Amino acid sequence: MGKVILNGSVYFEADSETFEDFLKVFYKQENLKYPKFFKMDTLSKLAFLGSEMLLKNNARAPEANQHSALLFSNRSSSLETDRKHQKSIAEGAKRFPSPALFVYTLPNIGMGEVAIRHKMQTENAFFVFPEFNAVFLHEYSTAILKNKKCKEVLCSWVEVDKDKRHGFFYLVAGDGDMLHSTNIINELYTQRT
Amino acid sequence: MNTLKKELKENIIETLNLEEFTPQDIADDDALFGDGLGLDSIDALELIVLLDKDYGIKLKDPEESKAIFESVNVLAAYIEKNRIK
Repeated sequence: MGKVILNGSVYFEADSETFEDFLKVFYKQENLKYPKFFKMDTLSKLAFLGSEMLLKNNARAPEANQHSALLFSNRSSSLETDRKHQKSIAEGAKRFPSPALFVYTLPNIGMGEVAIRHKMQTENAFFVFPEFNAVFLHEYSTAILKNKKCKEVLCSWVEVDKDKRHGFFYLVAGDGDMLHSTNIINELYTQRT
Repeated sequence: MNTLKKELKENIIETLNLEEFTPQDIADDDALFGDGLGLDSIDALELIVLLDKDYGIKLKDPEESKAIFESVNVLAAYIEKNRIK
């Protein structure tokens, strides 16, 4: 069972055979009309869909996304796609490595997909940590907001490796309604399931 | 030739993950890049790999590739003439 939770409530759920199938069903349900989605690896698809949930909000001014920075993180980088690519180049004389697969052997590519879709020319950075790091996300996003590098920061932990497949996304604004603190971020992350 | 064109359309859809297309959606003379199917530079690399893998054709000149990938019609004619498998 795959599930999308938005602001504490179940927004979408579906029984899909694989996580990839679930992402595809959700993409279609959301009617996103972005054919490049199908070319992405699983990490990028998850990063893309999670970001869309927050950025497509109709209440937002159309140009708001262009002033949003991206701050993503995870534990396994793009390891799953790296393994697929390694397998494709390890098959001796029969090897035909896929350029489209190779493109995704970096974790920040998914973030790039989000930036391209929303015409963002703001700061974007992807960090790899042993575990979810609310302290870092809090300090980094606070710093770039204070330095007026952006008006909002879309923060994320987006993890895809073996049986670990989940994303956590939140938007920080200089004038948001909720207190931005490490405790609150950890609380939201813990409540995500 | 028609069998080859059908096979090419199926392969292009599968290789390039064009999930919202069926072979019937691609006309023989549709532009593959630009305003046609909207393929990009990574897709072009995938098509070069496809030609090598399925038909034994190795393309080395980017300008030549550009002309060959104009449409399914042009691509099929080139494959028919140059294939070694």
